[in-house]
Amino acid sequence: MIVTSNVTKNYGASCVVDGVSLKLPQGGITSIIGPNGAGKSTLLSMVSRLMAMDKGTVTVGGLDVTTAPSDELARRMSILRQDNHMTARLTVRDLVSFGRYPYSKGRLTVADKAHIDRAIDYLDLGDLSGRFLDELSGGQRQRAFVAMVLAQDTDYVLLDEPLNNLDMRHAMGMMKLMRQAANELGKTIVLVLHDINFASWYSDHIVAMKHGKVAAQGSASEMIRPDVLSGIYEMDIKVHEIGGQLISVYYG
Amino acid sequence: MSTSGLRLGRPALVLIGLTFLTLISIALFMTLGAKGSWSFVLSFRGKKLLGLILVAYAVAVSTVLFQTVTNNRILTPSIMGFDALYVLIKTAIVFFLGVGALTAIDSQLQFVVEVLVMVAFSGLLFRWLFLGEERSLHLLVLVGIIFGVLFRSLSQLMQRMLDPGAFNVLQDTMFASFATTDPTLLGISCVIMLAVSAVGLRIMHTYDVLSLGRAQAINLGVDYKRMVVIILSLVAVLVSVSTALVGPVTFFGLLVATLAHSLIGQSQHRYVLPAAVLLGIIALVGGQTLLERVFAFDTALSIIIEFLGGIVFIALVMRRSAR
Repeated sequence: MIVTSNVTKNYGASCVVDGVSLKLPQGGITSIIGPNGAGKSTLLSMVSRLMAMDKGTVTVGGLDVTTAPSDELARRMSILRQDNHMTARLTVRDLVSFGRYPYSKGRLTVADKAHIDRAIDYLDLGDLSGRFLDELSGGQRQRAFVAMVLAQDTDYVLLDEPLNNLDMRHAMGMMKLMRQAANELGKTIVLVLHDINFASWYSDHIVAMKHGKVAAQGSASEMIRPDVLSGIYEMDIKVHEIGGQLISVYYG
Repeated sequence: MSTSGLRLGRPALVLIGLTFLTLISIALFMTLGAKGSWSFVLSFRGKKLLGLILVAYAVAVSTVLFQTVTNNRILTPSIMGFDALYVLIKTAIVFFLGVGALTAIDSQLQFVVEVLVMVAFSGLLFRWLFLGEERSLHLLVLVGIIFGVLFRSLSQLMQRMLDPGAFNVLQDTMFASFATTDPTLLGISCVIMLAVSAVGLRIMHTYDVLSLGRAQAINLGVDYKRMVVIILSLVAVLVSVSTALVGPVTFFGLLVATLAHSLIGQSQHRYVLPAAVLLGIIALVGGQTLLERVFAFDTALSIIIEFLGGIVFIALVMRRSAR
């Protein structure tokens, strides 16, 4: 379980995340949705210890992220952000191998190699594994980074807009993969998503943020409703049930 | 992490080639144009050679590690004003304690004190820049230039106010000269280098992870703050050693680090670090041999290296802004 209590972050005078207290359930997929600037990514950065919080505490599976040893946290929780700027020139396989660093500290064992192969296969990167990252398209790079996170094999997986740069086929593939990881491996997956239809289709739990606060949270059937969504996004959003799934329509 | 023989082959081939060139440079440096007693020539040139190798090692390793920890390929310790800071510290010691105090204490002890002060000050100055969120390259370049100018101006101010005798003591540290390495500091420099290398090797496994950037390094469980502080301290020590031996050189580090990265073609430090060191030795020892023995120039090597390094710097900045 991920528990945040009264988590706050200020940039100068403006409060980006304002006293957020959340309990994200163990197992399954939780999506964080909300308009731009709602504080979704900032919250995720603080949960994953990439950013210090001004106030509050976060525990992930009982470990306090500000005080627990970083390498212990790295075996329990992984984070992938939107921008992965780096100067290093690596092949896909090298990158995925870094996912095993928290366990092997650079000396890969046979078990590590098995994890790496599995992660590469999961993301359908077999043909690309020898290619350098700077030779790949944005979507292929994105999949390589997700493969690294899978190789890290943590109970908690945090992904900030993982569908960025992905076409429909790979976006759907990514979400199915998350579903599979949650169902079969019992992982707890937290995603920041902009596509509320993907959130509706795949999430067990949805948290909506607005102006740095939690505006609403609940199951997909509680959250994907015209009144709730229209309030969060301040626009007219209609919801239809198509084939048993709640689909939002907001295109005009 | 082997995938195919071809890909593993390139770094290994590059390293073998560079080792070969290094050995040739050293052999030529030691033997070319030697007259008179061999025992004198070898010990005289051997000291110079050791000085050049120490400088090449210090500059190459400090630049590669600095670029790794700051996650960019343009900035180097010297561009950020590290060696200007060392000159300032040295000047300030002469200025405030007087040259009498300096000649009274052992020059090696004095050097150790300077290095310690350097580590402390560079720690204070540069930690805040690199510890927090990743900062924009433009900000870093700007801060580096301003720090450099500030340190140099302060040194110059104090140097103008010194008496000629004290100024004379300082003069060697102010201008880069590969022809005249300071021989009194060779022994202590070797000891310091061994200590730095011992620490550096113990944390070698974090370098590749740090080169993925701050967020990935933290995600993979590297104790980021601690590693940045340790590596910046190592860099400060290495810069002190090279500046004490030959004076400040601005673009030499950039030259060897950039060449090493592009020759190796990938980023693993177990290849890039030795390649950069070997390139540094080839540039200094080979270049010095060429200039001294073939063209009969004496002090031009630093000018040529700075010229080439400066061009690399401009090319890197242009290529970045073109993107």
